Amino acid sequence: MEIPKLYVSSSPHLHDRPTTASIMWNVSIALAPAALWGVYAFGLRALLVLVVSIVSSVLVEFLLGKISKQFTITDGSAFLTGLLIGMNMPPSVPLFVPILASIFAITVAKWVFGGLGANWINPALAGRVFVFFSFTGLMSQYSLPRFVGSVDSVSQATMLTAMKMQIGEPAVQQLGSSAILESIAYPASRFGLSVSDSLNGIISPYTVDAFFGLIGGSLGEISAVLLIAGAIYLMVKKIITWHIPVCFLGTFSLLAWIFGGLRNGMGLFQGDFVLQLFSGGMMLGAFFMATDMVTSPTTKKGMVIFGVGIGFFTFLLRYFGSLPESVSLAIIIMNIFVPTIEKYVLPKRFGEVEKKTKSTKEANA
Amino acid sequence: MQRFPTFRKGGVHPDDKKSLSSPCAIERLPVPSELIVPLSQHLGAPASALKQKGETLDIGEKIGKASGFISADVHSPVAGLIKDIRKVTLANSVVCDAFVIAVDAKQPVKVWEEQPYAHLSGAQIISIVQDMGVVGTGGATFPTHVKLMVPKGKSVDALVVNGVECEPYLTADHRLMLEETDKVLQGVMIVAQAVSPKRIIIGVENNKPDAIEVLRNAVSQKGYPIDVVPLKVKYPQGDEKQLLKATIGREIPSGKLPIDVGALVLNVGTSFAVYEAVALRKPLIDRVVTVSGEAIASPKNIRTYVGTKVVDLLAYCGNPKERYEKMISGGPMMGFAFFDDQTPITKGSSGILVLDNQKELDAPTTACISCGRCVAVCPMGLQPTKLYKLIEHRRYEDAMKMNLMDCKECGCCAYTCPAHIPLVHGMKLGKKLGRK
Repeated sequence: MEIPKLYVSSSPHLHDRPTTASIMWNVSIALAPAALWGVYAFGLRALLVLVVSIVSSVLVEFLLGKISKQFTITDGSAFLTGLLIGMNMPPSVPLFVPILASIFAITVAKWVFGGLGANWINPALAGRVFVFFSFTGLMSQYSLPRFVGSVDSVSQATMLTAMKMQIGEPAVQQLGSSAILESIAYPASRFGLSVSDSLNGIISPYTVDAFFGLIGGSLGEISAVLLIAGAIYLMVKKIITWHIPVCFLGTFSLLAWIFGGLRNGMGLFQGDFVLQLFSGGMMLGAFFMATDMVTSPTTKKGMVIFGVGIGFFTFLLRYFGSLPESVSLAIIIMNIFVPTIEKYVLPKRFGEVEKKTKSTKEANA
Repeated sequence: MQRFPTFRKGGVHPDDKKSLSSPCAIERLPVPSELIVPLSQHLGAPASALKQKGETLDIGEKIGKASGFISADVHSPVAGLIKDIRKVTLANSVVCDAFVIAVDAKQPVKVWEEQPYAHLSGAQIISIVQDMGVVGTGGATFPTHVKLMVPKGKSVDALVVNGVECEPYLTADHRLMLEETDKVLQGVMIVAQAVSPKRIIIGVENNKPDAIEVLRNAVSQKGYPIDVVPLKVKYPQGDEKQLLKATIGREIPSGKLPIDVGALVLNVGTSFAVYEAVALRKPLIDRVVTVSGEAIASPKNIRTYVGTKVVDLLAYCGNPKERYEKMISGGPMMGFAFFDDQTPITKGSSGILVLDNQKELDAPTTACISCGRCVAVCPMGLQPTKLYKLIEHRRYEDAMKMNLMDCKECGCCAYTCPAHIPLVHGMKLGKKLGRK
């Protein structure tokens, strides 16, 4: 009888199913509905942007892998970076912009630091911020989706930019976010208006538009509902946990509610945060960028601090900063703090409580 | 729905695969023609040989004498002739002397009669347990008599009996609880007689509802002061630290023993061995071994002699299928892979598994993406990924400062790591090199 080849390895001899690659591909799957919605809203041009971003990211990863004799494109991380870069682009952006963003993301943000797992900053975020500050004009030209306004998609400021430009102006004193938009006659979709009417105006049409994705913006960030659906998929799959997004969005909402009104001459606890939550890169950032495993803390306590920090900086940048860019900068700021958080925030060791209560008991006795 | 207690921090839920062998009643292996009885079947110093090559042995005769405080006696399971005394490598890589015994074809009939034990004092019970070579049968093989000697100034508040059997595939303790219920419980009461605990608890995971029911019925029938506690299934609940947290809510501080929180933990298999030792004066010469795994034609629970070669057990279970890739002694989470089917069963062998799915499990290791899963599942609250990186860079002292020694190699981290990093292997290496 032929003696079979036996494996002799260290325990454990069982393994859970998820692998790095399956995690990465699952995140891409979770992003797909929101990305496709962007294509539907802005037309095939948006699809072209997505494809160009993905192809250039994967190509750069492949070429860099050639140099260091690794084959890493199957782990899905470069695909995911490309997809995220594409989703962060204005739909009508010239194609060299996502290409440059991809090259910067994969080369400078990722491979310079040692490739997957070694980067301190989310590559996609780095790519986006790099091109944003390099081509601010191109990166700020947003077209309206097919649902709003005239057919030929006029170039138009996003809700956030519009609000930001008005904030602090004498004309909009005492007005909330939605009221500001109304005062400048910002276009709302027919769907948003009818929903708002049927609810007697409790929810502004702009909030409805922002929630369902009937607004202008980066092509993958507009539909809050589809991004939330993707996030729920990831949570069910246990790929992300609630800690970072909930702490991020919670902190931001709380601060925006308490202090958000001050900018428009209103009192405390008057801030209109709901529209803010669903617009801009908030949902995409909270669920898919901030939760990037490589650049976020590993402990639950650390994740809470990280999330709260992002919420705080997002609030500051959105309400008091001079740029429309807030979520991505807030995440990058907190990325810098991750090694520090990791150093000082340690999980509670088994048996630690017992020791403390014992010593306090002894001290009391 | 009733909520079952469990430990709080970490833990994983591997597929338990117990249905492969849990319906199989315990069978007795026919006496093999040769046994290899090692002198180191326990934690601590190996026993010293009492017999020479060429001597004949009787059933239950002492052949090895404990050689230190933490050590245990070894007995001959059969009547036979010592063919040889030679070095063997056990499944857990321990190298020690072993008696190679040629088993007499005609074994004398030995009846172990029950003797009264109600009058025995604690010290007498402990000395019998010691004399019969009883060690923990759960896998750690700590000499039981040492465990029962409660240090001065400490007392046993809770005697916790471990019927968890949290390792996948293993069903030996499960079958023992079902088939030898009363003997297991009597063993528990004998230990109680020795250490006089304030309360007695048996923890059983609720994937063994039949065992819970049988135990409860027996307890109420006999009026034993024992509390049978069903626990929510979660690995590694069978570890004494997690078990105590789940049952009595106490955490053993780092580097301490259960007795430091007023508890004593005993495996159900050990309870059964204590019963046989004290009531029947029968040494620990045989035990129940689960032979299971996808590559085993007919998985079984087999009562067999200590010293039985794995090849005999496998033959009894219809030999492994054509393609098999790994043999494990113990469970798949903490057990040891070995390659020689001449390796003997010891007092601590709870199972022999033959698996055929290792090729797909041994996926290539990729970069750590700091997903934090290992941190989330570590029942000891350690940071396996950080420890591994320190050990990789030979910073053993820094790893020690991050409580590497708290790691008990339960395998949760490596089980869950999506990058397939051999975390447990790293911890073992770090401990070994860091101790120097």
